[in-house]
Amino acid sequence: MAQITLIEAVTQALAYEMKHDESVVVLGEDVGVNGGVFRATVGLSEKFGEWRVFDTPLDELTIAGVTVGLAVQGMKPVAEAQFEGFIYPMMEQIACHAARMRNRTRGRLTVPAVFRAPWGGGIHAPEHHSEANEHLFTNIPGLRVVLPSSPARAYGLLLAAIRDPDPVVFFEPKRIYRQYKEEVPDDGEALPLDVCFVLRDGTDVTLVTWGSQVKETLEAADQLAEEGISAEVIDVATLTPLDFDTIAESVAKTHRCVIVHEAPKTAGFGAEIAARVAEECLYDLYAPVERVTGPDTHIPLFRLEMKYLPSAERIVAAAKRALAAS
Amino acid sequence: MTIAAKFEIEYLQYLDADGKQVRDDLPAFTKNLDHMVELYKLMLSTRVFDAKSIALQRTGKLGTYASCLGHEAAHVGVGSAMKPEDVLAPSYREYGAQLYRGVQPREVYMYWGGDERGNDYQKEPARHDFAWSVPIATQCLHAAGSALAFKMRGEKRVAVCMIGDGGSSKGDFNGAINIAGARKLPLVAVIVNNQWAISVPRKIQSGAKTLAQKGIGAGLHCIQVDGNDIIAVRKAMEDALERARKGDGGSVVEAVTYRLGDHTTADDARRYRGEKEVKDAWAREPLKRLRNWLTAKGAWDDKKEEAWKAHCDEWMDDEVNAYLETKPQPVTAMFDYMFAELPADLAKQRAAMLAREAQ
Repeated sequence: MAQITLIEAVTQALAYEMKHDESVVVLGEDVGVNGGVFRATVGLSEKFGEWRVFDTPLDELTIAGVTVGLAVQGMKPVAEAQFEGFIYPMMEQIACHAARMRNRTRGRLTVPAVFRAPWGGGIHAPEHHSEANEHLFTNIPGLRVVLPSSPARAYGLLLAAIRDPDPVVFFEPKRIYRQYKEEVPDDGEALPLDVCFVLRDGTDVTLVTWGSQVKETLEAADQLAEEGISAEVIDVATLTPLDFDTIAESVAKTHRCVIVHEAPKTAGFGAEIAARVAEECLYDLYAPVERVTGPDTHIPLFRLEMKYLPSAERIVAAAKRALAAS
Repeated sequence: MTIAAKFEIEYLQYLDADGKQVRDDLPAFTKNLDHMVELYKLMLSTRVFDAKSIALQRTGKLGTYASCLGHEAAHVGVGSAMKPEDVLAPSYREYGAQLYRGVQPREVYMYWGGDERGNDYQKEPARHDFAWSVPIATQCLHAAGSALAFKMRGEKRVAVCMIGDGGSSKGDFNGAINIAGARKLPLVAVIVNNQWAISVPRKIQSGAKTLAQKGIGAGLHCIQVDGNDIIAVRKAMEDALERARKGDGGSVVEAVTYRLGDHTTADDARRYRGEKEVKDAWAREPLKRLRNWLTAKGAWDDKKEEAWKAHCDEWMDDEVNAYLETKPQPVTAMFDYMFAELPADLAKQRAAMLAREAQ
């Protein structure tokens, strides 16, 4: 079985679902012959034709609004925003229509659509190509926000997102698009959209993260292990609706919680998790919740971007602070 | 001088303000006088409905309401030209088009009365139409997406979106006509130019001589019609729909009319426009000219007018009663249509809401 990267897993999932469900269409800028600027849709145009792999005019607003229309008519559109920094014109259509249509019409009209976007920093890209803005979507009711961090999870979660009868914003951590390969059987098996993934069992501290930061966090767990500290790592790949139970169970066991994300700290999704830990797990805690995040600044241009992004070193330090506090 | 391209915008009118024919080549559908009477009856029903809505709002039985007074020809003209299988994406005052397609007055009252069930249109073909779209012009892209779906599936259906003159300034409208032109989508974008976007007049929306010509830039067929002349609106729509259905591309139809009422019941148009302008516009209003035309043909008279008005009054009273008799939804309704299946985390909030209610 072939080993594939995260971006190849995205392509594999799209191809699988397009083959098995004629209502699935892909649309966006450069998704056709060019196969997408990151090559997520490479080869799909040849396989499925230019109407199912549909190059739109260069207007994100058009992509989002047309996606809503397609979905209401029973298609399953998978729209691509070229970068998360270009998703802002799509937000009105996502928030005001995709996320509201079922509720507005008491279930008469629905929007089974996926809005994909490469997400996050760390690839030395130009301005507006490196944002982490998932928290702007997690506060929108009626929307699922998914952020896979491995080829297998990208495949299984994208299949689930396409099959889901409601709109899903699907962010892809572009920093780890091609970081490593793993075996991903093309078996059409979807993953659940409402369960956190426990990537590593531990007993001393819970490290909660998602997206590209999963890699740093796993590295931090390795380093902590060398010092005899057992860290549990939870990948919140399905941010909303949140599976808080998995986090709560872990915190009840480890009594310490470190939340890691690259988006700005204030009102980042880590704030929601920290609040829930405070509401529901306060008496389990031996130490204050720690957050390792980007500062409340714009992600700098790439000479400084690695200073902005959380590092294994900062995560280790935060975990040790939590242990030292108790 | 070499001309790269040249364009013109046709203006279409059959009936003048008094209902006199300004041209002889009336479209074929006008020969069916029974149908013309049906159209007139619906325009009159719409007006009675609208007056009833405003009365309901003024007596505290409805929330803010957006009146359609003066738009009856434009709206009924659009709705009556469409086939059942077509899809309508309205903004929030196109009741004449919607009533034709099966939306019930009680549903309109329900929506403006603060109940989402008003959007759950029960009768076809309205049942597969879009619900009211409050963010201006955003529905244009839903129509474009619908048109794309029809084209992808090879269905002979057309998507129609309706906006106002203000809506023609929005990116959603321009995006919709742009993709429709680029991909020859079966889209008909109707601009009901009523001269006012709340307090901002038409001339401040655009320096373009007509709003129809915005479609030229997108590669669409464009026409401007007298939006108070239902024959002109209906004819332009029939042509546009037929062309789109055949695969010959989309259209922009600008129906020039006048918003005789306030923007909504929360607005006071006297703050920004003069009485004379409104008085002049009343002289051009749409019902009179069709009534005069039908009367001249012997198909309508004062007695029929009074009888139909009386019928509409009764009908609307029934609709109002049906609306007022409806109990509010259970509090859990705010959760129950968020997702196809209620996620566990949201189920907890729902349970907490129920528990609060039980106290």
